Amino acid sequence: MSENIGKIVGVNGNLITVRFEEAITQNEVGYARTGGIGLRAEVIRIRGDRAEMQVFEDTAGLKVGDDVVFSGNLLSVELGPGLLGQVFDGLQNPLPKLAEQCGFFLQRGTYLQALDRDRKWDYTPVAKKGDEVQAGDTIGTVPEGIFTHRIMVPFRLSGKYTVEETVAAGSYGIETVVAKLKDARGTLVDVTMVQVWPVKVPIKAYAERLRPVEPLVTKVRIIDTFFPVARGGVYCIPGPFGAGKTVLQQITSKYADVDIVLVAACGERAGEVVETLREFPELTDPRTGRSLMERTMIVCNTSSMPVAAREASVYTAVTICEYYRQMGLNVLLLADSTSRWAQALREMSGRLEEIPGEEAFPAYLESTIASFYERGGVVRLRDGSTGSVTIGGTVSPAGGNFDEPVTQATLKVVGAFHGLNRERSDARRYPAIHPLDSWSRYTGVVDAAQVADARRILRQGSEVNQMMKVVGEEGTSIEDFVLYLKSEYLDAAYLQQDSFHDVDGATSADRQQYVFGKIHGILMATVKFADKDAARKWFLQLTSVTKDWNRVAMDTDEFKQLERRIDAMLAEVSENA
Amino acid sequence: MHKVYHRIEQVAGSVITVRADGVAYGELAQVVGTLGTSLAQVIRLDGEKVFLQVFAGSRGIATDAQVRFLGHKMDVSFTDALLGRVFNGSGEPRDNGPALDEHRIAIGGPSVNPAKRIIPRKMVRTGIPMIDVFNSLVESQKLPIFAAAGEPYNQLLARIALQAEVDIIILGGMGLKHDDYLQFRDTLEKNGALSRSILFIHTAADPTVECQMVPDISLAVAEQFALQNKRVLVLLTDMTSFADALKEIAITMEQIPANRGYPGDLYSQLASRYEKAVDFEGAGSITILAVTTMPGDDVTHPVPDNTGYITEGQFYLRNGRIEPFGSLSRLKQQVNGRTREDHRTVMNTMIQLYASYKETLEKQSMGFRMSAWDRKLLRYGERFEKEMMDLSVNIPLEAALDLGWQIMADCFEPEETGISSKLIEKFWPKKNA
Repeated sequence: MSENIGKIVGVNGNLITVRFEEAITQNEVGYARTGGIGLRAEVIRIRGDRAEMQVFEDTAGLKVGDDVVFSGNLLSVELGPGLLGQVFDGLQNPLPKLAEQCGFFLQRGTYLQALDRDRKWDYTPVAKKGDEVQAGDTIGTVPEGIFTHRIMVPFRLSGKYTVEETVAAGSYGIETVVAKLKDARGTLVDVTMVQVWPVKVPIKAYAERLRPVEPLVTKVRIIDTFFPVARGGVYCIPGPFGAGKTVLQQITSKYADVDIVLVAACGERAGEVVETLREFPELTDPRTGRSLMERTMIVCNTSSMPVAAREASVYTAVTICEYYRQMGLNVLLLADSTSRWAQALREMSGRLEEIPGEEAFPAYLESTIASFYERGGVVRLRDGSTGSVTIGGTVSPAGGNFDEPVTQATLKVVGAFHGLNRERSDARRYPAIHPLDSWSRYTGVVDAAQVADARRILRQGSEVNQMMKVVGEEGTSIEDFVLYLKSEYLDAAYLQQDSFHDVDGATSADRQQYVFGKIHGILMATVKFADKDAARKWFLQLTSVTKDWNRVAMDTDEFKQLERRIDAMLAEVSENA
Repeated sequence: MHKVYHRIEQVAGSVITVRADGVAYGELAQVVGTLGTSLAQVIRLDGEKVFLQVFAGSRGIATDAQVRFLGHKMDVSFTDALLGRVFNGSGEPRDNGPALDEHRIAIGGPSVNPAKRIIPRKMVRTGIPMIDVFNSLVESQKLPIFAAAGEPYNQLLARIALQAEVDIIILGGMGLKHDDYLQFRDTLEKNGALSRSILFIHTAADPTVECQMVPDISLAVAEQFALQNKRVLVLLTDMTSFADALKEIAITMEQIPANRGYPGDLYSQLASRYEKAVDFEGAGSITILAVTTMPGDDVTHPVPDNTGYITEGQFYLRNGRIEPFGSLSRLKQQVNGRTREDHRTVMNTMIQLYASYKETLEKQSMGFRMSAWDRKLLRYGERFEKEMMDLSVNIPLEAALDLGWQIMADCFEPEETGISSKLIEKFWPKKNA
């Protein structure tokens, strides 16, 4: 077969213009040849006999007249056993292996296979000869760490197939043909353990999409109680720099109650990825007792890596998530930060000289963000099991101002909004999620009526606080002042959480229900004080006892002791006493 | 050999266009103008048209000027002979020394594989309590100093450079006033540090394009030294001038501006420089300390804003002092747990007390009555500002911690500080009753 080859006619940054003769496809991958290497590029616009392609590498050295070899494939990823625990760049190159081959620096034009060809897997066939199957059905399984990895009928096959042949149980490499399928016309298709899938197309081999209802426990109290996330839901965390977006993501990646976490470091600091990379293998997953890395994958295209690959990285990440969802697993994708991805779109749009929208972002920004977040969801698979992809994306708005296009486009499509706030982070009130501005449409782990009460108190307390700034403490009634103290107490003793503390850092759903019930009782109680100083003193003391309470494990005597102390303190000042 | 082209089709800003073939993207060329010869770099290819950015600017370029393509990318000579020397943004000597030509290395090279980085663990001691105690600088950190124009940021930079325990200092000056450049050079020389320093200087009078190259050339050299197991400190001042140079060139190239005239890729441009800060697994390190002046003292200006998202914290320099609020070293947690057991406690307690002092000041200015506690805070705040925050204070970390205890003991009773009794017992200075 002859290769489809085009010629470069223009280079502008990482955008090349290529003249072609034979048919090419939008989003097809090609390789620009220079000095013995091929630089991967993707077709992003076709006009007449010229295609504009974004190159995923530095374009230095390319000349007019150089060859571009079209591959005939869309930008795709490899899916199969061995993805877990890996660290990939935005184009699914395994970084540790790349380091072995190229040393300290990322050499352009070096592409490695994502999955290890030599590794053997213990394969157990599930489908039998004569079974009728279709895309996404399980043919066999292999154990991958703590999971049973399903080898499925390739998603690209449409229609019904009959199993013609299967291999016996045994140890095989991923390229072994484990089954042969026959379609209605009698054509045979080989099935191996690895399949490829174009990243920009959602995998749809499921029976139906469901509404996300089950809460995803992150063990962060302000999230689970006040602004919950659902399994299969999508949420965003916008915030100015230094407000704690990345720390919140790291905490979530450690404690979230899901099967698999994929961290997509998109255009952010390399140092942060290194922390995950070096620390996770040492940490134990509290759910399984195994290394945390066994349930984690990292796709990283940090800020100094090529911009076009940054755009690809979020799609690579979500495609891998969808693949594991097809096995009936709950997967969480943490994308940090979607603004960098949007900026990559903007850079490319500028080079294409498209008519700019707001702040020079392209007009298709909103639809692109929307269709990305739509890839999250809960699905019922054809075998009756369910799987989910939850997407949490951070947003880095310019100047910390949420009225910018990326934040606004994201808010339209997410189900929960955790807005980080500069004032709260400056006051060291972590997590700095703003308790009044944020919202969630999902159901949480705590009784909704109680949460509504607490919200009311937060709002009223904040109003009293505003008023006090004008009239001073002297001009405020004791009732209002107590309301303010109650809201501050709720903030300090429940909303704020020490992420680095062993116990306080992660609060289980049971504990949240229990503790919040107690705090709700305090908030609702009618309390009486001689004067404002007495009230302040009492609340300060209560705050410090409650904070101690948060720091001890739930099944200890100390926990009960502190609880009794809180009860006793409340009894002292309660009106009914 | 290399073909020479004579027909310049277009001259706009610092960009000229010639018709040529076989030219590679990013290649260097020599352009002979009426005012002298300059290097130029290919920044766009469009069919036969080649767009060149002329480093010395387009002034004096005739329509029949000679353009000779050199067949290689921008590079710089890397040898130990660089030490003690001063160059401009194109890598040509600024002092009277000889030009260097051997062992040339490309600038703006590929980024480091994240898998080859390690978690930074080594503190860089500066002798400045506001840094050492409250926001420790860590080897391989990238940290900007945010300052309004007129703040003594260059003095601070020079002082850190002199006191930090590093092997090599590389100064990248962008848009520097000539006086400031001379002051840097003289300070380094006077303190005997010039022999381990390399200066790449672009002054405000030099061509804009050279300004844009200073970070790349500085960091390329730094990278080579780091690979030779050296600990390198790179000082970049002022990155806002660098961003303005990017803006100028982007507008000349008729790119659509994104925010206040800056190009849409400002974040990526800044990041690709700052991300060169690294601690190599099994080799040396690069620490980057940069100055970002804030036009109008506005931190939401695109340059400080984008920088804040890239760097690992920031120092705010305000009224000649490093402001404790807003300043942040994201990496301090990696080191301050292993210096002395009271380090974190002193850091947190003193800042909380200082925050209370600020509240008291506000109350005082509004005419509210001062309580006994308020008066204690006022006394504390004044001493803290004078003995800790003042930039002339120059003491090692341990002495600064001891001083912290002394100030607290002079102003408060132990239980008023909320410090755990274990540490109080060990560190609280005994009163000479």
